Amino acid sequence: MFDDIQFSSMLVSTIRNAPVLIFAAMAGLFAERSGVVDLALEGKILASAFVSAAVAFTTQNPWLGIAAGAGISAVIALLQGFVSITQKGNQLVCGIAVNIALSGLTFVLAQYFFQQGGRTPDLGQARLFDITLPGAQMVADVPFLGWFYTKLIGGHSALVYLAFALIPIVHWIIFHSSFGLRLRAVGDNPHAADAAGVHVERTRFIALLICGVLCSFSGAYLSIVQSGFFLRDMSAGNGFLALTALVFGNWRPLHTAMGCLMFGFFAALQIQIEGVVFPGIGKIPGSLIQMIPYVVTVIVLAGFMAKSVAPKSIGMPFVKSR
Amino acid sequence: MSDVLPRWMTAIVLPILNLLSALLVAGLVIYLLGESPTESLGILINSAVLQSEGLGYTLFYASTFIFTGLSVAIAMQAGLFNIGSEGQMYIGGLGLTWMVLAFDSSLPGWLVIVLAIIAAMTFGAAWAFIPAYLQAKRGSHIVVTTIMFNFIAASLMNYIIVAFLIPQGQQNTASRLFAESAWLPKLTSYFPVLGNSPLNISFILAIIALVIYGLTLHRTAWGFQLRAAGLNKHAAHFAGVSISKTIIIAMLISGALAGVASVNTILGSTHYLNLNFPAGAGFIGIAIALMGRQHPVGILLSSLLFGALIQGGLDLSMEKSNIPPETFIFIQGLIILFCGAMENLYAPALLKLYQSFGKKG
Repeated sequence: MFDDIQFSSMLVSTIRNAPVLIFAAMAGLFAERSGVVDLALEGKILASAFVSAAVAFTTQNPWLGIAAGAGISAVIALLQGFVSITQKGNQLVCGIAVNIALSGLTFVLAQYFFQQGGRTPDLGQARLFDITLPGAQMVADVPFLGWFYTKLIGGHSALVYLAFALIPIVHWIIFHSSFGLRLRAVGDNPHAADAAGVHVERTRFIALLICGVLCSFSGAYLSIVQSGFFLRDMSAGNGFLALTALVFGNWRPLHTAMGCLMFGFFAALQIQIEGVVFPGIGKIPGSLIQMIPYVVTVIVLAGFMAKSVAPKSIGMPFVKSR
Repeated sequence: MSDVLPRWMTAIVLPILNLLSALLVAGLVIYLLGESPTESLGILINSAVLQSEGLGYTLFYASTFIFTGLSVAIAMQAGLFNIGSEGQMYIGGLGLTWMVLAFDSSLPGWLVIVLAIIAAMTFGAAWAFIPAYLQAKRGSHIVVTTIMFNFIAASLMNYIIVAFLIPQGQQNTASRLFAESAWLPKLTSYFPVLGNSPLNISFILAIIALVIYGLTLHRTAWGFQLRAAGLNKHAAHFAGVSISKTIIIAMLISGALAGVASVNTILGSTHYLNLNFPAGAGFIGIAIALMGRQHPVGILLSSLLFGALIQGGLDLSMEKSNIPPETFIFIQGLIILFCGAMENLYAPALLKLYQSFGKKG
């Protein structure tokens, strides 16, 4: 049975699966560190996946698609900010509302513009190209090194490299910049931060804006890198997997990224064991394999939540005391 | 002059203003899609309320939504946001179907129906138990776990239907048709004016459930404990209420109510279990619980409104190709946003208005 499972191609697909989660998790990290629960990662991924694909197809330019996706996702994040910061509304309810509304709206708009049952046409040339690293030709035939250089770390699209570059950058911003200090202060103890002269609501709005832009890359990656079109409800729970990665990683960028890689690995495993005949069990049906990431999520939440510590004022609107 | 709004304003005027705002945004989107909002509204009202058969369908959909609305509402009263009604209804339908498939040829019809309803409640409650237990004992966030359980339920049901329930030689992803003795009696046989709609006695069961919900929550000590735990769990804990026990019991009831929601659809209308039969009814329950402010009368009115939106919306989508049924998923999201997350949007303005009237009077 193990002949059928190729470990090397699983590693490559892990790298290719992880960016969807890394972008969304880093996005959620900014929002939640500032004290705003973001259950609408899912909706923002979906909206930016649609807008990115639609604009990339119309203009035949993937970069314009990515920019448009970032724009729409930022607008949604600001709307969330209005609801949960300015109006002090329930952030959980707001997130669910945004997800449901966008699940319907993206279908309606895709149907209106393209008339293909709620998907966009294939992007073809407007897909983001894979980058071939310099000198890849020369080492391609060398055992291991060839695979390592051309497949594992090379041959991905720019967004993959951006996702992995983001991890140390976010780590630096959160833990070593003055903005990160204010962000964490606002999320842990907004009243103390307020007394120290930090503008709580503005800081949270900035965090949500960053969250919106980062989250859009996740959607763009889904539609214009991975699949090459937009499909109804294509976010398929990735926003929630990213949230779980945050819990798993204790709201720390490096640990969270490890969680994203773990989920990416399980997604790769899922594709690999499809059709493999296990001794004594036989083939595992595809519908059961589809459950793996969700079951893993529940297990992670059950096992690690007790140990992980959320930002102290998460989910609570800030009411300035007089 | 008081500086809080009177209760009738927060309970009636604010929800109506919020609902109107949501519908206004929806109307704007319909206008941008190149269709006339007023004409669409006319078609919607005509097909959902004015035509008697359409009205039958509206009440039929409302029966399902009352149950899912109650399911979300009772959890919400205990301070829990149960997103999982969709999955609990799906699994509840499985319990119901297995019971009917096992006994519909051997036991009398009424007994099969009673057993099926019990099985639907048990399966729904069992599916809600795991997230409830994890929330109560492990602190896993119930919102995320119930969402995951929706995904798991969808995959699991996909597997079970394909592997066990499709009759041999059939292609359709559905179980076999139930024996006619196990079909729920139609209300239309008593009220022929409602035409050929699938409205059945589930509607009466739903009304009974609303009454029991209202009485239990507001007239019993246990209901008081539940609400206390939802309002302030620390205070309730000090008053001797076991929070984890309350969480688990509230979620079991919530899951059972979601499970019963499958009775109307399967036992009352299709008479077989098919792939993805809840079709979003669990999520509509969230909108209903928020819009109706978890009050039995509010839940009834919101369910009727959503029944009308779904029935009218289906007819509308046949006439207007730019307004597919998915438009109503969007509207549902808007209603949750305005009635749930921004429920106090108009409170300051309304308070000012109220106070200025008070000064004159």
